[in-house]
Formats: sequence, structure tokens, C-alpha cells
Amino acid sequence: MRTTDFISVQSRRRSVNFLSQAAATFTVCFGLFWLGWILLTLLQYGLPGMSLKLFTELTPPPGSPGGLINAIAGTFFMVMLATLIGTPIGILAGTYMAEYGQTGWLSPVTGFVNDILLSAPSIVLGLFVYEIYVVSVGHFSGIAGSFALGLLVIPVVVRTTENMLRMVPNRLREAAAALGTPQWKMITMITLKASRAGIITGVLLAVARISGETAPLLFTSLNNMFWSNLNQPTANLPMMIFDYAMSPYKDWHHLAWAGALLITLAVLGLNILARSFFKQKPLGR
Amino acid sequence: MVVRSRISGSPPRTYSMADLVFKNITRFFAFLVLLLMAAIIVSLFIGALPAIRKFGFGFIGNAAWNPVTNVFGGLVPIVGTLVTSAIALLIGVPVSFGIAMFLTEMCPARLRRVLGTTIELLAGIPSIIYGMWGLFVFAPVFSQHAEPWIDSHLGRLPLIGPLFSGPPIGIGVLTAGLILSIMVIPFIAAVMRDVFEVVPPLLKESAYGLGATTWEVVRYIVLPYAKVGVVGGIMLGLGRAIGETMAVTFVIGNSHRLHSSLLLPGNSIASTLANEFTEAVGRIYTSSLIELGLFLFIITFIVLALAKLLLIRLSRLEGHRS
Repeated sequence: MRTTDFISVQSRRRSVNFLSQAAATFTVCFGLFWLGWILLTLLQYGLPGMSLKLFTELTPPPGSPGGLINAIAGTFFMVMLATLIGTPIGILAGTYMAEYGQTGWLSPVTGFVNDILLSAPSIVLGLFVYEIYVVSVGHFSGIAGSFALGLLVIPVVVRTTENMLRMVPNRLREAAAALGTPQWKMITMITLKASRAGIITGVLLAVARISGETAPLLFTSLNNMFWSNLNQPTANLPMMIFDYAMSPYKDWHHLAWAGALLITLAVLGLNILARSFFKQKPLGR
Repeated sequence: MVVRSRISGSPPRTYSMADLVFKNITRFFAFLVLLLMAAIIVSLFIGALPAIRKFGFGFIGNAAWNPVTNVFGGLVPIVGTLVTSAIALLIGVPVSFGIAMFLTEMCPARLRRVLGTTIELLAGIPSIIYGMWGLFVFAPVFSQHAEPWIDSHLGRLPLIGPLFSGPPIGIGVLTAGLILSIMVIPFIAAVMRDVFEVVPPLLKESAYGLGATTWEVVRYIVLPYAKVGVVGGIMLGLGRAIGETMAVTFVIGNSHRLHSSLLLPGNSIASTLANEFTEAVGRIYTSSLIELGLFLFIITFIVLALAKLLLIRLSRLEGHRS
């Protein structure tokens, strides 16, 4: 009797184990299946639209041929401005948290709030910029869009700067202090320099994130079918994709797919670039 | 003697002045991040004030949304947000758990990095792409092949039947929830994998040494140890799902009616904002939309704060045990 009990317990354990492993393998396939489907769709609909025209011609009215050059340029400049706004703020705040934050309440509280901002709904940030900037200026503009995107850059850079600085070994700080280096020089010349690769990775990841963001631009930069300066509503890829995809015109759909493929390639490329950058130059250990 | 007195002497004045300036500059920017959060809440509150004054607490429970008579209530978008997020978690959590289990306990070492990166890349795809794919590719397939089956099988069941009966239109609350679940899987799976890796190898190896199966190690060693972190990861995914805008806007259907069926169109807070904000005329209309945004921010704030607290507790736990 006891042996049969033992065997049945064993076979039950084994089959439970087998089932759970099969289920886990299935979930991985499930995840990859959607990724594959989405990427294939993008290639299928986006590739036919890929042509030189995309990069040389303005967005067209329905029924006539055209490209996306104003949207591409608009996204490029807005992302650049947003990165220029968000990066210094993020690096300085992250520096405070890592280098001066051992005591006091500011560092832990800021860290907590920063992590919430990191995952906060981006559409609310657009709403915020609309309330404090667009309303007071009186019109939508690329600058407002850049502000909204910059607000998304800040938490990413703060988080990576802090993490990277915390990984710098204290020996370096002690060595600098022993030589009589003032603290600001020690931070700017030694610890920030040692974590440069990591911080650049963070900035690249932030750029990747904001280049595809649509929601914060809905109420800030809006869209534009023509060339414009950043003080007017500015054309940009995500909004163009949104407007064209929601339109009833077939040729606009084609352009939207081409734009979607373009932006996905850019975002995935930036992600991969960021990772390889970080791998190449490990921290100054 | 001379040397020693130099070392113990205070550094030159200019040094400490520069130090003070640098420290306070960085402190100012750290403070700025805090200020940003406060400014967001305050500005949304001020923007929502006209609607709060007019509708009071009734706003949450009111299903009306009528720009003509200027009567607005947040019930439909709030319910839509909660229901789509719930569907996303219902599917996303078990799948993410399986992926994390596969990556940490079953996967060959070489495949692990590649698969891990692939899943992280899935998180990087812009949400508008999910939305477009959902509207043009997934919704037609879903309405032709899945929804008739759901209607004729699940729709006949007692109790949950009304949830699943309806015409196969492809876009609706269920579609939005499904696409959200695909979007949150990478977030939750990445966090779960990270917290599973926190479990000390010693514990797992001891269990394997006693003859435990992979499932038993995951169920009785890894999961109890990483429990708090797993919940934190789920909350993080929930935070993402609640605030997701573009993917939902494309497929939810944007209807301001409360339906019992998940197959019919609905609305979420984010998609209402995305669709109506720039076209809203009149102070009360705009203000009602901003109040919805305020709700969205408060809900995600609470969810994310809980997530963060749980993850902090896990890292403290880790510090105690190791």
C-alpha cells in the first residue's frame, strides 16, 4: 500500500510540474506571438510606403501624393528641445539625491515622487502644460509640446543618474577627499564622469520613450500640415499617425503606416543603441 | 609637523563657497521635482474647480455626459478605465508570471538574455502602434472569429452571460482590455523577473537538493519570498494600464453609454480626454474634462505609491535576510 501511495504522489508531483512548465513555456510563446504579429503587420503595411518621398515632401491633402518631412523634422526638433530641457534638471536632481541625500528628508521623498512621475499617465502631463502654458500664451505650440515631453524626460534621467552615481565605489570619493578635492569638483570631475556611460544610456532611453509619445502632444503641440516654427502648432510624427489613421482616406492610412514603421524602428533602434552603449563602457569600477 | 598642520587646516574659503553653491543648485533641482508633482495636482484642481463647484460629489456617480445641456458625470469613463484595467490584469498577470518563471528557472542561460531583452523591447513600442494595430488588424479578426463564439458560448452562461453577449463589432471594452493586457505584460514580467532573481540561490538550491520540482521551488520558495515584490510589479502594471491613452482611444469605441456587455463600445478617462479636450467648448465642459484628468492622476498616484511602498518593503526584507 505505502509504495503505491508513494508512487502516486510522485507521479502527481511530476505531472503538476510538467503542466506548470508547459504553461510557462506557452506564456512565453503567447508574449512573442503578439510581438511578432505587431512587427509583421508594421512591415507588411509600412514597407510599401517607404520611399525617398517620405523624407522630401510635405504631408499631403487627401488624394495627392506626399511625404512626412515636416512631421519628421517637427518630432526631431521637439524631442531635441525636450531632451535639452529635461536632461540638466534630471542630472542635477539625481546628483543631489545620490551625493548629498544620505541625510535629510528631501532625497527619499523626491525619489518616491520621481518614481510616481516615471509611470504617471503622460496625458495628464499634457493637460498640465496646457493649463499652465498653452492657456496663458493663448495658442498651441511646439514649445508647449517640448515642455510636456521634457517633463517625461526628467524622471527617467533622475532615476538613472541616481542609480549610476550610487554604483560608483566610495573608494573613489575617499581618494579624492584625501587629496583635498572640494566636493563639487569631486562630483563633477570624478563620480559623474565615472557614471557617464550609464547616464547617457538613461538619456537615450528617455529619448526613445518620448519620440513615440502621442498623448502629451494632443493638447500642446497639436499638429500642422505645413512647415512651422516651434512657436506655432508643430507637425510631429505621432500626431500625424493618429490623425491620418483616424481619417477615412486610404492614402492617408498608407502614410500613417509608413510613419508608424519609421517611428517604431527609431524607438527600437534607440533602445538597442542605449543598451549596447551601456554594455561597452561599464562603470568605472 | 608642517605637513600635518596643513592637512588638518580647513580648506581655502573659495572651495567651501563653491561647494555651498553647487550643493544648493542640486538641492534646488531635487526640490523642483517635488514642486512639479505639487504643481500638477494644484493646477488640475484649479482647472477642475468650476466643475467641482457645479456637480460636487455627484460627478463620480453620474452617467450623463451631455455637452448640449452642460451636464457632465464621470461614471462611464471611470468605470471604463477600471474595467479595461481589470481585464488587462486578469490576462496579463498569469502570463507575466509564466514568463518570469520561464526566464528565471527554466530557460537555458544563453536564451535568457535574448528573451529578456525582447520582452523589454516589447515595452518600448509606442502605444500608438498598439492602437493602430488594434484598430486595423486585431479588431476585424476579433469580430469575425472570436466575438461570435464569445456571444454564442459565454453569452449563454448564467450570471456572467450579459457581460459577453452582444453584436460582433470588434471595437469595445473587451478589445481595449485585451490590447492593454498585451501592453502591460512586458512591464509586469520584467518586474517579476527582477524580484524572482532577488531570491537567494542558496534557498532554491537547498530545495532542489531535497528533490523539489521546478514548480515546487517556484510555488513554495520563490513566490513566498518575492510575494511583496510581485504585488508591487502588478500594481506598476496596473498604473500603466489605467493611464494608457492612445491604444485605448483607437479601439474602445468612445461611447458615453453604460452597457452591461463588454463587447459594446465604452470609454475610459484617458480616451475621453484624448477625443474631446481640444474640441470642448465652454468652461464647464473643459473643466469637467480636467476633473476627469485629476481623477486619473489621483487614482494612478495611489496605485503607484502602493506599488512603490511594497517594492521598498521587499528590498528592506532582502537586506534583513541576507
